[in-house]
Amino acid sequence: MSEPQAIDALVQEFRAGRPRALARAITLCEAGCGAAVVAALYDRAGTAMTIGITGPPGVGKSTLCSGLVRSVRTVGKRVGVISVDPSSPFSNGALLGDRIRLAEHFTDEGVFIRSMASRGHLGGLAGATTDAALLMDAFGLDVVIVETVGAGQNEVEIASLAQTVIVALQPGSGDSVQVLKAGILEIADIFVVNKADHPMANQLRREIRSMLQIMEYRGWVPEIVTTQALSGEGIQELWASIERHAAYLNESGEVELRRRTRFLHQVRAIAAGRIRDLIERRVTGEGGNGDPYAAAERALKALGIEE
Amino acid sequence: MRPLRIVVAKAGLDGHDRGAKVIARALRDAGMEVIYTGLFQTPEQIVQTAIQEDADGIGLSILSGAHMTLFPLVLEQLKAQGAQDVVFFGGGTIPPDDAVALKKMGVRAIFTPGAPLQEIVDFVKAECEKERPLLSS
Repeated sequence: MSEPQAIDALVQEFRAGRPRALARAITLCEAGCGAAVVAALYDRAGTAMTIGITGPPGVGKSTLCSGLVRSVRTVGKRVGVISVDPSSPFSNGALLGDRIRLAEHFTDEGVFIRSMASRGHLGGLAGATTDAALLMDAFGLDVVIVETVGAGQNEVEIASLAQTVIVALQPGSGDSVQVLKAGILEIADIFVVNKADHPMANQLRREIRSMLQIMEYRGWVPEIVTTQALSGEGIQELWASIERHAAYLNESGEVELRRRTRFLHQVRAIAAGRIRDLIERRVTGEGGNGDPYAAAERALKALGIEE
Repeated sequence: MRPLRIVVAKAGLDGHDRGAKVIARALRDAGMEVIYTGLFQTPEQIVQTAIQEDADGIGLSILSGAHMTLFPLVLEQLKAQGAQDVVFFGGGTIPPDDAVALKKMGVRAIFTPGAPLQEIVDFVKAECEKERPLLSS
């Protein structure tokens, strides 16, 4: 599939709007062979609205996602979903189960769902998630929703990819100091308090609100939306909040800033990945003994990098 | 080299997914990426999933007795989508005569209770790699 003719054929199918071509293109990017495909298609991208959903495992990210897909479809827009689940550190295999909550959308031609395994990538996404989002954008999907792996406190890469970041939390998962900690709570444009039927839902809402009051925000102040994703309660309010944030990004010009952040992030990731591979190959070739700092110095010199 | 991607599916009115989960785990432990669809899927949902996920194979588990209806419907969907290169195999409580008939229709293999997991893993690997070499994605 990496031969130029095969790539040309794939790009043609992609331009003709064949879902299978989009799926294949994503596979190529996941395998690290996506450069030619992205080069041929990136100028078609740039119009999709990108929404990130993150939060701890079991909080209801996939169910929220399914509700959002419903909202987006009601207004007639086409939507792509990328769900990331972790790969096994032992077998490198993965069980990707986020689709289960999205079953009602499987046969909707306006919805394209792709599960991705993290394949050892840290930060809450897979290495090729940004590529996949770009390809979905280029395919003509109006909204791309990216769901991270179940995030702990430090998986913040989604902030470099999405225009609007939703952090979903559930009641009863910690005290007020937890919500003051650095990390994923800082990247939220919208907080979702899911499982609103839980007796402690109001308390969590209060704790988030009081945290927001002592933070300093310029421009957008994160909104808090209470939902019960399973029944669909609050999803309309969430979609309205997303639209308010999108309008804010456009009016303030911050949308351009976010686009540039994403571009920089992607370029850095691609370049750093190449350097990492080269260094690994060199160090493995050396046998892996001795002073690690000196070995690093030699590896950098071999790449032509010197202070 | 990329990992194989396999859709493990349950179709129709059949809520017994223990077998599907055991297979999913065995394939995962063999280094594959397994996409589990959940219960009560239609053949159309299963094939759409395989296409969007760019799956190398589909494993369908049926314990409801409806295998002679559901397997052919999935085959039909694969054909309609031009996706016969997706390796379609299955398992469950399927009598030997039916298994023969299903294989004649184009199901690549049928595994019945007691089939060793290693045999299933080896089959999936060999058959999928034959269809689509891993090195060239």
